[in-house]
Amino acid sequence: MPDTKTKTIEPKTPALVQAWDWITETQIWTSIFRHAAPINDRNRVLVMLSNVFLHMHPVRLRKSGVRLRYTWCMGGISFFLFLVLTFTGLLLMFYYRPTLEYAYSDIVGLREHVPLGIMREMHRWGAHAMVITVWLHMFRVFMTGSYKPPREFNWNVGVIMLVLTLLLSFTGYLLPWDQLAIWAITVGSNMARATPFLGHEGPGASLMAIGDVQLVHAADDARFALLGGTFVGEGALLRFYVLHCVALPLVIGFLMAVHFWRVRKDGGISGPL
Amino acid sequence: MDALKSFIDLFADPRLFFLITLAALVLIVWKREAFVSNRWGWGLMAFLTVFFGFGLTDENFNLIITKPDNVPIVGLIFLLVFFTWFSMRQAVDNDRRAAAGRPSIEKDEEDRVWTWPDLVYTELISMVVCTVILIVWSIGLEAPLEQPANNANTPNPSKAPWYFLGLQEMLVYFDPWLAGVVLPSLIIVGLMAIPYIDKNPKGNGYYTFNERRVEITLFLFGFVVLWSSLIVLGTFLRGPNWNFFGPFEYWDIHKLEALTNVQLSEYIWVRGFGMALPENWFVREIFGILLTIGYIAVLPVALAKKGLTRYYEKLGPARYYVTVLLFLSMLSLPVKMLTRWVFDLKYVVSIPEFFFNI
Ligand code: HEM
Repeated sequence: MPDTKTKTIEPKTPALVQAWDWITETQIWTSIFRHAAPINDRNRVLVMLSNVFLHMHPVRLRKSGVRLRYTWCMGGISFFLFLVLTFTGLLLMFYYRPTLEYAYSDIVGLREHVPLGIMREMHRWGAHAMVITVWLHMFRVFMTGSYKPPREFNWNVGVIMLVLTLLLSFTGYLLPWDQLAIWAITVGSNMARATPFLGHEGPGASLMAIGDVQLVHAADDARFALLGGTFVGEGALLRFYVLHCVALPLVIGFLMAVHFWRVRKDGGISGPL
Repeated sequence: MDALKSFIDLFADPRLFFLITLAALVLIVWKREAFVSNRWGWGLMAFLTVFFGFGLTDENFNLIITKPDNVPIVGLIFLLVFFTWFSMRQAVDNDRRAAAGRPSIEKDEEDRVWTWPDLVYTELISMVVCTVILIVWSIGLEAPLEQPANNANTPNPSKAPWYFLGLQEMLVYFDPWLAGVVLPSLIIVGLMAIPYIDKNPKGNGYYTFNERRVEITLFLFGFVVLWSSLIVLGTFLRGPNWNFFGPFEYWDIHKLEALTNVQLSEYIWVRGFGMALPENWFVREIFGILLTIGYIAVLPVALAKKGLTRYYEKLGPARYYVTVLLFLSMLSLPVKMLTRWVFDLKYVVSIPEFFFNI
């Protein structure tokens, strides 16, 4: 009888898996990710605690809160669109100079000389979309009664961000410096003329006088402060540019941090008690 | 085909438009059990699709809805109709559960799940989906760029950005200091006040209609009927000289609309007493002033005594008055619309001497 010593063949680890194992054991990898993949409960906790981008989430949350059916994901999409807008806006800033001389031609250049360029489109459509998603987010927060205690304050933060979103959109609308832009801003900012007491065509403005000297007139009223001039011109372009690219994004970014923090501190996504 | 278009144009009149949206809201709230069926949901979406698809074939309609900056509003219409239906559906679902003595869906799903993977993956997928939609949209539709800015050449119509067109539409009924400054501020204040004036502890953290009837109806009225439908109206149906045009109508710059607007003072002094308008503005406007004071100061007190006593007792004086004042400000728009349509009334109080017209 022949010798029937069987040879056991070790199952071979596929090359890719080997490579993966090797990569995840390097010092570089382990210096970035402090723990193994979140495939067990311990690591599912660790990933939330150690990752700066994920740490704004809780480790676990109510099942209803994860459902699209409940949140419509509208807050999250608003935030994502804000990030997209920040990124595409930054790229646009490389091309665009906010002066009467260059503003329009820079946009034309962007359109004609950048092959396959869609940054301006992504920025514009993203902005329109964000206005809509923020409204829908507010709508869902209302319909689930999520503004009720203890979330009153966060609702208020939200309302301010809603206003800021509209202002961001409004200030950005002027920058291409075409007919669409200046006339939309002219129509919008004409309202400020009629601010009670502070606009030169507002009720009560004529009361704002010392003796014969009118304090509120076309060259110093609320509209002037907004436009840096008596019409939509160079001053308005610079003001809107600075507001649009620096001031408003900083404020809304700051408020978003507060908003997300408060979602957590108010007990996570709302649900019945 | 043309007959159908003219028929639809016939309906497109600011009065009918407003009344139809209002009637739709009443029906949605009242007949919500039927409204939330799948048949209605799909039906509405199909109707919108057919309507806009059909509209695309019409030259004039096409011109308006394919204007690049108007495309998002077509999207808004679909989304708004969908989410109104969808949120009502979940509210009614939960109400049915409550009626059967069962807990709400959200209560049933109270157990915790892991953020990784349950939430993180959902987020990842929605990010990818959003990115794809945005890129496709950006490739398909070029951002608009018109002629270079020219201060001497006013386009007709001149429109504010679309999200402010509801406010611009209010300019038809109110002067800029109200439509552009006071009422928008009140909208913001009103929104911020909501959590503090709504004392109803129910309906926190789940969809429901029965437990919050008044709140939800008022919100839908403000958000869908006033804010959103006026945006749609201002975008699609207002043409040159801010005249009203049906969706299939040609935007004729020379379209004439008779404006026979009359001030309240004329109604009373000239038509009522048969005399000339008094010289002194205070005497001239005294009735309008009294009426306005009556609306914002006397009416809330009167309602507290009779009509809304239940709310006065439930909310207490501070909350009650803030609520009623905000509510009356919101209602001032439809009230002004109605008086304009029915009596051609332009201003209740008109003191051009001080730019003070209401
Ligand atoms: C700039 C825009 C905004 C961003 C990026 C944003 C983001 C978010 C996110 C990511 C959440 C988590 C839950 C969810 O996705 O629904 C959330 C929750 C919330 N948001 Fe916003 N939000 C914005 C505007 C608003 C507005 C306009 C309001 C209300 C007027 C609001 C009120 C709230 C409230 C009360 C919660 C807690 C909801 C709950 O616990 O169920 N937010 N927001």
